[in-house]
Amino acid sequence: MSEHELKVQHKQEIQHSGETTKPEKHFVPAVDIFENNEQITVVAEMPGVPVEGINVNLEDDLLTIQGVKQPDELPEARVLLQEYETGHYLRRFTLAESIDQENIKASLNDGLLTVILPKSAPARPQKIEIKVD
Amino acid sequence: MAIIRLTERPYFRNPWAEFERIRQGLDQLSQNFAEGDVRYGRATVFPPINMYEAKEQVIIKAEIPGVSTENLDISLEGETLSLQGTRAMHDDEKIAFHRREIERGNFSRAVPLPIKVDPDNISAKLKNGILTITIGKAAEVKPRQIAVSTE
Repeated sequence: MSEHELKVQHKQEIQHSGETTKPEKHFVPAVDIFENNEQITVVAEMPGVPVEGINVNLEDDLLTIQGVKQPDELPEARVLLQEYETGHYLRRFTLAESIDQENIKASLNDGLLTVILPKSAPARPQKIEIKVD
Repeated sequence: MAIIRLTERPYFRNPWAEFERIRQGLDQLSQNFAEGDVRYGRATVFPPINMYEAKEQVIIKAEIPGVSTENLDISLEGETLSLQGTRAMHDDEKIAFHRREIERGNFSRAVPLPIKVDPDNISAKLKNGILTITIGKAAEVKPRQIAVSTE
C-alpha cells in the first residue's frame, strides 16, 4: 500500500465550439490508459453515471467514451457547501493500434469505467525465431 | 470661455470620495457573492464534497470513483465527520502506461458539520462512485410545527 496522499483534481470542462441548448455541463474524465501485449485498457473516472448512461464507440481509430449522468435527485434542500459540479463526461482518443472490434469489453465499477480493447492479431508483437544453421 | 458660477461649484471636494465609491462597489460585489448562503469553494482536501440541508437531515455527497466500500471508513465524532479511504493501485506490473491521470493513494478528510446532528441516525451509501451520507438532525434543531388554536 502506498503512502501517497490523494490530491483534489478539479474537473475540467470540455472546450467545444458550439453551445448546447440545455444548461448541462460536459467534463473531461480523468483517464488511465495502459497496454500489455494483448490489449489496451482505458480506465475513466465517471462518478454518478449509471451503466445505462455509458456509451463506448469505436469508429475507425477514434474511440469515444461518453457518460450521461442521471439528473440529480435532491429533496427540498438548501445547499450549504458546493465543491464539485455534476455533469456528463465525454472524451475521445485516436488509437494508434488496430483493435479487434468484435471483442471490446466495457465494465463499470464504483464509478470507474474500464474499456478493454484487444489488439488485433497483426498488432500484437510476434516473435520471429531465428534459426542458426 | 465657460463661465462657472461660484455657487455651482462643490463647496468641498473630498479627495477620498473616489476610493469610497470603489469600496462600496467591492462591498456590493462580495455581498452578491455571499447571497444564498452557499459556499462555492474549491476543495483543497480530497474528496470534494457537496453538502445540503433538508428539513430533517443533512446530506453530504462526495465523488470518490474507484473507492470500494471495503476501502472506505466513515466516522462521526461529535460534530465532525471523518472520511478516510484508499484508492487501490493497479497491481499488474507488466503494463506500460500511456496516460496516468487517476491518482492512487490514501485520503482523509474531516468535515465540520454546521448543524447539530443525531449520531444514532446516520446512513451512508455508495453508488456509481458517489458517496451519499445522510445524517438526521438533532431533535432540538428540527423544525417543529406549532399548531395554532382559535378560541
